[in-house]
Amino acid sequence: MDIIKAQDLSFDYIRRDEEGNVEGTTRAVNHVSLSVSQGDFVAILGHNGSGKSTFAKHLNAILMPTEGTVWVDGMDTREEAKIWDIRQEAGMVFQNPDNQIIGQVVEEDVGFGPENMGVPTKEIWERVEESLKAVGMYEYRKYSPNKLSGGQKQRVSIAGVLAMHPKCIVLDEPTAMLDPSGRREVIRAVRALNMVEHVTVILITHYMEEIIHADHVFVMDVGKVAMHGTPKEVFSRVEELKALRLGVPEVTQLAWELKQSGVNLPEGILTVEELTEALLQCRG
Amino acid sequence: MLRDITLGQYYQTDSVIHRLDPRVKLVGTLLFIISLFVVNQFPVYLVVLVFLGSVIALSHVPLGFMLRGMKAIAFLLILAFVCNLFLTPGDILVSFWKLRITKQGLSTAVFMAIRLSLLIVGSSLMTLTTTPNHLTDGLEKLLNPLKKIRVPVHEISMMMSIALRFIPILLEETDKIMKAQMARGADFDTGNLIQKAKALIPLLVPLFISAFRRANDLAMAMEARCYRGGDGRTKMKPLKYEKRDFAAYGLLLFYMAACAGVNILSAHLPGILSWHLG
Ligand SMILES: Nc1ncnc2c1ncn2[C@@H]1O[C@H](COP(=O)(O)OP(=O)(O)O)[C@@H](O)[C@H]1O
Ligand SMILES: [Mg+2]
Repeated sequence: MDIIKAQDLSFDYIRRDEEGNVEGTTRAVNHVSLSVSQGDFVAILGHNGSGKSTFAKHLNAILMPTEGTVWVDGMDTREEAKIWDIRQEAGMVFQNPDNQIIGQVVEEDVGFGPENMGVPTKEIWERVEESLKAVGMYEYRKYSPNKLSGGQKQRVSIAGVLAMHPKCIVLDEPTAMLDPSGRREVIRAVRALNMVEHVTVILITHYMEEIIHADHVFVMDVGKVAMHGTPKEVFSRVEELKALRLGVPEVTQLAWELKQSGVNLPEGILTVEELTEALLQCRG
Repeated sequence: MLRDITLGQYYQTDSVIHRLDPRVKLVGTLLFIISLFVVNQFPVYLVVLVFLGSVIALSHVPLGFMLRGMKAIAFLLILAFVCNLFLTPGDILVSFWKLRITKQGLSTAVFMAIRLSLLIVGSSLMTLTTTPNHLTDGLEKLLNPLKKIRVPVHEISMMMSIALRFIPILLEETDKIMKAQMARGADFDTGNLIQKAKALIPLLVPLFISAFRRANDLAMAMEARCYRGGDGRTKMKPLKYEKRDFAAYGLLLFYMAACAGVNILSAHLPGILSWHLG
């Protein structure tokens, strides 16, 4: 079953002048239709201002569609009565780790969501423990978030969402403010959730290396879905990606250029191993 | 810089006082402050000192750490002392140049200094031994009856704990912006007061913009995690009174009774023992 389904979704931001009068509207999402199956790892790609965050906020009922409909696990996000069920089922991790950690101690922050949901005290503790273990932050449970690195803070944020037992977790550029090692940490934790806990993951990013493991990739541009397919399919269209001002992973770029200059290589090479393999086959 | 102020900062260690329910500590601090200001007989301060001394000893907070925090406000204490000493009218004790010290002035100044220092030590003992989170939890629980008259108790305590969480982040940001502006030639240290205040504008504007953006982000993150006010919320760490908390309430009662007793007693005694305020 589709855990997320958007049909013909459009969203307009209302622009106001200094006095608060409506000046006009900005269409941030423009007739987007897509669906995500339960258990999938989906990546959404696009350069700044392409409407990724706006789209993501619809999955958590933070924004309501201007046109079209979004269903989360079969629930229409416009239904007022379902809003808290939707927010529990589709958890959200944001870009800036400092601006989403509420607790002053790691374990208290992870417990924040379950507390809001009215989970009994004993069960909160169980959930906090299991979520912190799932992201490998259990040893840090008594720390102040201010003492953690960026990657660790994001893993705490992910644990905070996990403790709400969501079916789906939406991560809006969770690695944008991290250094390379922090980025790897977070992506590893996210992949583990998807593979071990079978949580549906929707990862928004503009780092290409992060999406090569996705089951499905959507590329957004000016509020529309410009391309979609498996990472292999998307990355084999190097020129289209470049037209959308997106780079490709270095290996893919190298393979593509080799191919342009006449080396017989398959399309959409994503990892160093694949390229080595393909080159060996050319020679042999 | 700003972070050097140790006054009232939580001091991490394990002690009986640390483990007390925050409500006991809040009520205790309040009673202690009341006792300081209701008492007007000098000997009672011996009782107060013994009480405060025992609590400090039990708290395992090093005296040095506490007094270091006092340094920040020593100036205020001295100012209050000097003002009281010289500006209170009454029977002249000594006079030189244009200054006069009166009997009443001396007594008020001494009482004020004692009261203020005990007040500061007493209330900082509470924050030294209680995490900010515990403190806001305790406050929320204590003020809970006020919900009936529509005081937004939960919201106030949530605001306080968020403020406490963001103070270090904003301080760090202030530091960062300050350094960035200094690197571009901004000068925060020289000039008169007005020039200094003006120099702060390029610091405050980016700080406010960033604080508002953070507030906006945080509100969204809280909503995304199903936050909808205090109704129907459960607690991960609910406050529960233990035996030691009741014992502490008992000791507090005893302390108040002792203060009252000694106060009344020394009011009826002649001589040095009856040195009182005013
Ligand atoms: N709060 C807002 N008010 C008005 N316009 C906005 C707001 N947030 C985003 N936009 C506009 O909507 C468009 C899409 O933005 P966004 O969804 O944040 O893109 P992305 O996350 O892909 O960078 C941009 O043109 C942006 O300027
Ligand atoms: Mg964005």
